[in-house]
Amino acid sequence: MAVQSTSKPAPAPAPLDVRGDFPILRRQQDGRPIAYLDSAATSQKPRAVIDAMTSYYEYSNANIHRGVYGLAQEATDLFEGARERVARICGAETATTIFAKNATEAINLVASSWGRARLEPGDEVLITEMEHHSNIVPWQLACQATGATLRWLPVSADGELSLDDLDAVLAEGRVRLVGCVHVSNVLGTINPVQEICARARAAGAATLVDGSQAVPQLPVDVAEIGADFYVWTGHKAVGPTGIGVLHSRRELLEEMPPFLGGGDMISHVGFESSTWNELPWKFEAGTSPIAEAVGLGAAIDYLAELGMECVRAHEAWLTQYALERLGEVPGLRVLGPLEVERRGGAISFALEGIHPHDIAEICDREAVCVRAGHHCAQPLMRRLGVPATARASFGVYNEREDVDRLVGALESARSVFGL
Amino acid sequence: MDELYRDYILDHYKNPRNFGELERHDLEWHDHNPLCGDELGVHLVVDEDGRIAELRFHGQGCAISQAAASITSEELIGMRVDEIPDLSADWVMDHLGIDISPTRRKCALLSLKVMRGATGGDASWPVAAERTA
Repeated sequence: MAVQSTSKPAPAPAPLDVRGDFPILRRQQDGRPIAYLDSAATSQKPRAVIDAMTSYYEYSNANIHRGVYGLAQEATDLFEGARERVARICGAETATTIFAKNATEAINLVASSWGRARLEPGDEVLITEMEHHSNIVPWQLACQATGATLRWLPVSADGELSLDDLDAVLAEGRVRLVGCVHVSNVLGTINPVQEICARARAAGAATLVDGSQAVPQLPVDVAEIGADFYVWTGHKAVGPTGIGVLHSRRELLEEMPPFLGGGDMISHVGFESSTWNELPWKFEAGTSPIAEAVGLGAAIDYLAELGMECVRAHEAWLTQYALERLGEVPGLRVLGPLEVERRGGAISFALEGIHPHDIAEICDREAVCVRAGHHCAQPLMRRLGVPATARASFGVYNEREDVDRLVGALESARSVFGL
Repeated sequence: MDELYRDYILDHYKNPRNFGELERHDLEWHDHNPLCGDELGVHLVVDEDGRIAELRFHGQGCAISQAAASITSEELIGMRVDEIPDLSADWVMDHLGIDISPTRRKCALLSLKVMRGATGGDASWPVAAERTA
């Protein structure tokens, strides 16, 4: 822990102390350990996840489903066991928990399969201005293909959505689907997704919630949230790349046409046509990302062992500290909610007189990893009136010292720029 | 002195030369860097000999992209328009006079991309030769 100003009371102890579980954080850059503050882009992986994937390849690798021999059954059990645990931690059913490549592919699955079957000219898809490109572009494509119209729910200057605005659009009666991010990757805003889903449902609209930033840092219960589709990605939740998750409802998934065609997703293949496998496999064409599912299962076990309440407490504890420390930097403006109860652990900021790219460059010299750019949210950037922001985002492994080093690097940046 | 953010780079960033707009112009182009959202446009006035008589860049970007536009603007004025499409990425790098890491190369080359676009050249990203320090 870095030495703090002596006039301050001793800081509360960290809810979590798990940095040692993450091998990469032992790496040095120019003689300093890395202060990794880019977990909203991708999280680092604990030893348990790396070991589970290595063990899978070293001891248990075979193709899943249909194999008669013991090794194939073992691989199948590992894969399906991971699905069960992934479903359980999110309060979802196993058969309606579908593995995809990432959250983007999961949204494309819905936009393509549900969207193209259900949307018609005159229908509207309503998404918020704080969506990631992953929850924008698939709907633009689905609207172009079907003649439906894409509408935007505005974000306030404080970085929040208005339920009154939502009600007003829903009351017009044309919205067929509401797409909303659970926790913003730019602003950190935690959206009232349960309330949004309830209002959409009452208006006859389906709902898709992008939980990519929520599952890694909040207790998430998809049954309680009540979304028709809830998607997230493994690599932001201390799991591997190459695997994402879609939770949905059985009656919807059974009605929807397949997304991708191929092996494993069929029941019977004839010369003219085929019939589809049962859920969830109907939506998992081709050989699945088996090792990645095993890794994701280990990631979920790791988070469950820490306890998601404790993970949230750690994120809030760090975010509170970061908001305080960043407030000491002259000319720094934080975007998004300032109350830790209403936000997650991603803090975007602007520093007067220094472009985000230059901030990130100077931070890198001190082995502080922050992201600069539009964070795959160009419409939000336009709404906020900034071309780009710098963003620091936290994971379970971050400590107050990482925040202190960020503040130190920002002071260096101001000095380089003669501020 | 900072190796990247040298005094003249920061001077061009804070006081960019030939920035603004030209209400009456003969050529214009606008482009952006999709990686960071930086935007840059250019207005050009061409004289009867086919040379650039006036030039104004406009937009927003980091110190590297703004300084590259500002520094090269002083060289571009007076050049023949038909020479611009053949200007190389190395031409920009030589005028910048600093080592640019691969992650910042597009920042340095946005103004050249815009100039090539405005003058009928290849408007895709200029490729810089691998440079060693």
